[in-house]
Amino acid sequence: MISLQIDKSKIADARHYAKEIAQSLKGLLEESSSVTIERAIARLMGVDGATSSGVPYPNVIVEHLKEKGVLDRGVAYWLANGAVAKSMTVMELAEKVVAGELDLTAIERQPFEKIYEFLDSITTSTLKKISDQRSYREEAFKKYGDRRWPAIYVIVATGNIYEDIKQAQAAAHQGADIIAVIRSTAQSLLDYVPYGATTSGFGGTYATQENFRLMRAALDETSDELKRYISLTNYASGLCMPEIAAMGALERLDVMLNDAMYGILFRDINMKRTLLDQYFSRMINAYAEIEIQTGEDNYLTTSDAIEKAYTVTASQLINEQFALLSGVKPENMGIGHAFEIDPDVENSVLYEIAHALLSKEFFPNSPIKYMPPTKYASGNIFKTYLMNGMFNFVSQITGQGVQLLGMLTEAIHTPHLADRYLAIENANYIFKAVKDFQQEFVLKEDSFINRRANQVLKEATEFLRQISEIGLMKAMEKGMFADIKRSENEGKGLDGVFKKAAEYVNPFMDKMKVELGLE
Amino acid sequence: MMTDKQTQIIKPYGDTLNDGRVQISFSLPAPANGVGEEAAKILLRKMGFEDIEVCNMQDLSSGFVHVIAYVTANISVDLSKIKVNEIQKLEMTMEQIDEFIEQNVGRELNIIGACIESDAHTVGIDAIMNMKGYNQRYGLERYRMVNAYNLGAQVPVEELLEKAMSLKADAILVSQIVTQKNIHISNLTKLIELAEAENIRDKMLFICGGPRINNELAIELGYDAGFGHNTYANDVAMFIAKHYADKRFKEN
Repeated sequence: MISLQIDKSKIADARHYAKEIAQSLKGLLEESSSVTIERAIARLMGVDGATSSGVPYPNVIVEHLKEKGVLDRGVAYWLANGAVAKSMTVMELAEKVVAGELDLTAIERQPFEKIYEFLDSITTSTLKKISDQRSYREEAFKKYGDRRWPAIYVIVATGNIYEDIKQAQAAAHQGADIIAVIRSTAQSLLDYVPYGATTSGFGGTYATQENFRLMRAALDETSDELKRYISLTNYASGLCMPEIAAMGALERLDVMLNDAMYGILFRDINMKRTLLDQYFSRMINAYAEIEIQTGEDNYLTTSDAIEKAYTVTASQLINEQFALLSGVKPENMGIGHAFEIDPDVENSVLYEIAHALLSKEFFPNSPIKYMPPTKYASGNIFKTYLMNGMFNFVSQITGQGVQLLGMLTEAIHTPHLADRYLAIENANYIFKAVKDFQQEFVLKEDSFINRRANQVLKEATEFLRQISEIGLMKAMEKGMFADIKRSENEGKGLDGVFKKAAEYVNPFMDKMKVELGLE
Repeated sequence: MMTDKQTQIIKPYGDTLNDGRVQISFSLPAPANGVGEEAAKILLRKMGFEDIEVCNMQDLSSGFVHVIAYVTANISVDLSKIKVNEIQKLEMTMEQIDEFIEQNVGRELNIIGACIESDAHTVGIDAIMNMKGYNQRYGLERYRMVNAYNLGAQVPVEELLEKAMSLKADAILVSQIVTQKNIHISNLTKLIELAEAENIRDKMLFICGGPRINNELAIELGYDAGFGHNTYANDVAMFIAKHYADKRFKEN
């Protein structure tokens, strides 16, 4: 069997440093909240809708409380207090606030027991909806069989949800197991989630709850038709991570891109904001048993894939530790990496195999998400198609979990229908052709692959040790990741972070923590 | 084929001069059967092709078919009549360019770059500007005679121009990767229009780049230059350096 010869204690050392890095931020994660966390709570309590000018109700409610200077008690308290006092549903209450007819802070304070009773019942009923979705998914996999390994993951990105649906259904018929609806390129920096079905977007379609619902319904239909459960992916990233996770949990998304540090480094979102948002969003994903995926591929598109391979390993381990803090199980951690080495490098594929095996060594039970060549994909579609074949080969012989298929027209346009077909045909051929390859061979102990993997491990461990000494935030300030420098008190979304008051309550987090065994 | 010294008439080349052979593939919302194949052939004929050989019809499901065909194009072009507006790329290294700037411009150049508006894809601007560069060509940040400022992704054009003015930029580099529904055109136009409105269009060079951008398009949109595929930092640096060297020469 092709596997690495690596000293287990070295694996444990690297993991130990990553654990220290994540644990040292636990204080921040517990003592603060953010506007999008509060909006996610409002959504989970049933606030939905948008004003005629497109401002989502959850934003109106949270802004209202922020203006009154009382957001530090949490949106849950104020909504519960109002609903109890006025004997209204949360949605009815929200409509009054949006209409400017009601000031939540001017309502007579209700006894705590009544508020907690209300919160308990609304939390229980929302979490029931989420766990029903979880059961539906479980049943579907039981009925139609487990997802293929590696699963075939393709994207649709037309900008129009109805066109996306057609392409997604066609891709499923052609053999895709997971469909990702790429988001409109500017969405990650919006501090709100657009409302309703959308038909315009650039480089993708807006993530909205209605779009989630429409696509899931269409893929359920296709799943029944094909007798294969087709998973749906979106992106809990940017300035609205927990809201998107909440919407995804309610509408049964199955996979979410949900990285702990991506927003900080690659979108210049404030680090406190991102760390807080990822914490709650991942907890929602953990509860909904949505597979999270991490974005280590981004390190390699901005830096050299050989020289900076260790940053991928380090980020994978940090991502894992943050995910554990949120209660995500290893089998739901789609830890990421990518096939991005310059094809002109001699033995580039041996490097790729070494890196892919190293991910596998660290995360034997996780559906590792493998990203295709993009950096060296030129307009030469024939060369790119061949590189994608090598990428599929490496994935199959190293046991990666999710194969994000490369498109021959990468760097030209968002995939055409036929591009996606050709990519699936390529993957199906290779996966079948070398299905048992991994079982047939062993690596020499002093082989290039073993030496290379051990070297990356060594570099990653040293890197993690340095970060654990100065702390993650300082490390990012110094530009230790991807040569990008970020400061603790800069970046987008910082003004949406606040310290919780002593009486603050997030009933969903409290209940999920208990059920996920985090308390 | 040379008929005389002036003209040079050519056709697509398969394996024999003037055979006109072309490979072509496309999808149709049609069934993968005889009807779909006939539809493909009729379309190819209407495109002006002859000797049509459909060599593959792949069912893409959901009522679509993918067609691969070899066809003959009986049209030609005269190479000698073609004029293109291509930037003359001078292959110079970073060290040579730094020296060129030092001697011919006599000061450091301020270059500011960004992905503007909706575009979040920094891979292009990073390849040109980041210290490390791309494919063995160092980025502008490493140039001794260049002060490079990479503002990153999704920079509003107002912010970019403001920053460019405060840094006394000699050149603005704009990267546009996403081109769906021609969003790059509207973003690039927005920048130029604002620059003109603010009276700063002529105060600095405006250069755009991206996989779907070429010099022709850039000039048409009102830019000084446009760089497409296979562009490296040294190409961009040399273009800017040369402009300011010429300017200094004229002024003296």
